[in-house]
Amino acid sequence: MHTSSRIQAAETQDLGNISIPHIQIKDLNVAIEGKRILKDINLSIPNNSVTSIIGPSGCGKTTLLKTLNRLVDDTKGVEITGSVLVNGEDLYAKDAEVTHIRKKMGLLSQRPFPLPMSIFDNVAYGPRIHGEKNKQVLTQIVETQLRNVGLWDEVKDRLDASATRLSIGQQQRLCLARGLAVKPEIILGDESTSALDPVSTQTIENLLIELKQDYTIVLVTHILRQARRVSDYIIFVYNGEIIEFGKTDDVLLNPKHEITQQYVKGFIS
Amino acid sequence: MISNVKKRLLKEKIAKVAMQLSGITITGSLFFIIGTILYKGLPYLSWEMISQAPKGGFYIGKEGGILNAILGSLYLATSSTLLATLIGIPISIFLNVYVKSGSFLERSCKLLFDVLFGIPSIVYGAIAFSIMVWVGIRASLLGGIITITLLTIPIVVRTIDELLRTIPIDLKHVTLSLGTTRWETAKICLKYIKPGIFTAILLAFGRAIGDVAGVLLTTGFSDNLPKYVDEPAATLPLAIFFQLSSPIPEVQGRAYASALVLTFIILIIVICTHLLASKQQKHKT
Repeated sequence: MHTSSRIQAAETQDLGNISIPHIQIKDLNVAIEGKRILKDINLSIPNNSVTSIIGPSGCGKTTLLKTLNRLVDDTKGVEITGSVLVNGEDLYAKDAEVTHIRKKMGLLSQRPFPLPMSIFDNVAYGPRIHGEKNKQVLTQIVETQLRNVGLWDEVKDRLDASATRLSIGQQQRLCLARGLAVKPEIILGDESTSALDPVSTQTIENLLIELKQDYTIVLVTHILRQARRVSDYIIFVYNGEIIEFGKTDDVLLNPKHEITQQYVKGFIS
Repeated sequence: MISNVKKRLLKEKIAKVAMQLSGITITGSLFFIIGTILYKGLPYLSWEMISQAPKGGFYIGKEGGILNAILGSLYLATSSTLLATLIGIPISIFLNVYVKSGSFLERSCKLLFDVLFGIPSIVYGAIAFSIMVWVGIRASLLGGIITITLLTIPIVVRTIDELLRTIPIDLKHVTLSLGTTRWETAKICLKYIKPGIFTAILLAFGRAIGDVAGVLLTTGFSDNLPKYVDEPAATLPLAIFFQLSSPIPEVQGRAYASALVLTFIILIIVICTHLLASKQQKHKT
């Protein structure tokens, strides 16, 4: 409970202007096969900003991210208590409709996974399954989203080509465009640049910074410099607990807690 | 004393020789089999043999052919492979996409299919036969199709299951996070493993067309061309068996010619499957 009170303080002091946060986590506990992975998580993620979850390997940061769109449900032997509110709607309520919830959250995975189809169909896939059949509208969506991620000029002449023929960096941007095409409200990134070269990484980072005007973005990253470059807020997770949550500079430059200091200085990783 | 490096290099050499020996043994036996059926069967292979049904006295070396068995085998193997695929794919999808990984249901179903996979076809045949007797159906093409379908379902399920397991969990996750239902995710997974599905179908077809014990009791044998599913039908492996049991050299030669026809059918199916699979490969990572 000590942790919760610290976060409460962080919210009131540093994150004063959160009106109605998209994402609020209340008393969230996750155990996998009897082992507690996340402990008493209480959190309000600020809207229209980039929030990075950092922490040593195995601390539960990816699990935390995956509780946000309930992909954690797929894990063997998982038990979840508490609630995650997205726009006030509890994702873990008994009657919660998972498919509808997931649509609101675009996921950018560690490695790009284009669907086994053409570039055009990859972007049009989401809108199609959600009922958009008009070819003109779909063409428009594909163009807009590919422009959004800066891929249009590179692929406009080969939209029918297989998406797997693109470079890894292009594939990751395509996956972002595919996610954006279903009009999510939140973008979740799980170490989304770890498989990319430095140039592609920079492109994705810049895109995320641009996109925060319209979306709430939550990233998991193990690269502190990246967290510093892109994020407005940082959540430091250690052993399944939130140790510190605040503005990027506050957490990275003036960490309040000793473990955070050690992590930021590179003594623990 | 042999140094560590020398020891490791020696192990490497032994392993390599062992692998080469296995390779030579397998390739050698394959060539020996094909060589034998070509040598013994080719002189007896004629247009008459593959275009006609047996006439009176065929089994004592007189006129006729094995068209009845060729058609019977093709009907039987194609129908049962088709049915096994239609039933098997949904089972694999259910076990991999719908059922939680590692759950009791998943583990017990997979164990069950492993056991079914290993049961000899004569057991399938015997059980199907006793059910047919109980229900009052005589040996027929339909009986054979049902038996061989049951025999090949585990092959389809296990092969597709292995393929579905190769799908990265992240692919499922990114698909689900677009707001897809499990069924839509399953369709993407199927698209991903499409080239491999042909291999599963090929394995099932190979087992179906080559099976003797399963059809012996359930399909029977007939010298007529198969016309109706409720009548007994001839199959190539049984035709080979009957002809080979004959003391007449002419008929024995025809048995090898029949084996040649069976091998040729399988060869064509293999080539078609590979062509289809490589065509499908284009969108896969």
